Amino acid sequence: MTSQPRQTRLNAFSAGARDTIPMLVGAAPFGVIFGSLVTANLLAAWQGQFMSLAVFAGSSQFIALSLLASHAGLIVIWFATFIVNLRHMLYGATLVPHISHLPTRWRLLLGFVLTDETFAVMDAYFRRHPQAPMRHWYFLGSGLTMYANWQAWTLVGLLFGVLFPQLQSLGLDFAMVVTFIAIVIPQLKRPPFLGAALVAGFFSYEFKGFPYQLGLLCSVAIGIATGLALLHAGARMRHKRALRNVENSGEARP
Amino acid sequence: MIMTWMIVGMSVITVFVKAAIFVLGDRIVLPPLLKQGLAFVPVTVLTAIVVPMILAPHGQGLELTWHNPQLIGAITAIAISAFTGRQLLTIVVGLVVFFAWQFALG
Repeated sequence: MTSQPRQTRLNAFSAGARDTIPMLVGAAPFGVIFGSLVTANLLAAWQGQFMSLAVFAGSSQFIALSLLASHAGLIVIWFATFIVNLRHMLYGATLVPHISHLPTRWRLLLGFVLTDETFAVMDAYFRRHPQAPMRHWYFLGSGLTMYANWQAWTLVGLLFGVLFPQLQSLGLDFAMVVTFIAIVIPQLKRPPFLGAALVAGFFSYEFKGFPYQLGLLCSVAIGIATGLALLHAGARMRHKRALRNVENSGEARP
Repeated sequence: MIMTWMIVGMSVITVFVKAAIFVLGDRIVLPPLLKQGLAFVPVTVLTAIVVPMILAPHGQGLELTWHNPQLIGAITAIAISAFTGRQLLTIVVGLVVFFAWQFALG
């Protein structure tokens, strides 16, 4: 695409929406599965849609449902929501240089529509167009498109779950398991991430008897500590190898 | 009613976490160790949720047998995701294998 010196708000908004289309396809099954799981839990159908409208964070919404099913308390659900959403701070720290010039209401709005998918789209866009004057409209176009998509597929899932309630006894919650597998496995290419996931998985099984799903939080903490340890061990090993290579190459070292 | 309050609370927490860095702007600098730790959050949380559902689907002991459709479906999904990296394919085939296996076991 050639540079557009006089890019309008509408142009930028629709470009953001257009570049988000592939993400919509990936998010659709998540929305349907979430909607169809709602009525199997303690929530009314309207509360499921309300959750999608007000929370708009897929993994927190799934986790809230599974915690509700295991009778966790409000505090545990809120704490899990906080922990699961922490990754958005990482996204925020990456994107903030490009939006820190905006008024507070804009920054709040863009924060609300920030998701894993929109982060991926925006990270790529800011690399290509670091100075685009209408870049916040592009961000809004991507975010609101994801938002509308999430609402629509939640509704489809709700209707599906209400029309075929007997499906719930067939183990539809397994859909969440394969969905999470599809998100996690591609991220395990680097050894520290693989190690962190294996350790978290092992301890989540060992700790599954803990009350209020506290085993989940403990196993996540141990998994993160493992990942950090592997990351630093790997960095040290690379450093040593680099030193050895320098020595082997016969370069004079002080 | 309590469920509505649960959702309102989740909404407030989520908006706070998502927008905090944006609203604070350049005034905040995350320590490098915290940044590195945050990067491990998605894989550890999602893995910790699914592993007990796969290995002990009835909430009791370990079910490491071919009589466990959750285990067979999960192994299939992991293999497809590792070899193709395609989300939709992983979800659809994983679910089909799970339901077929469950149906075959009667």
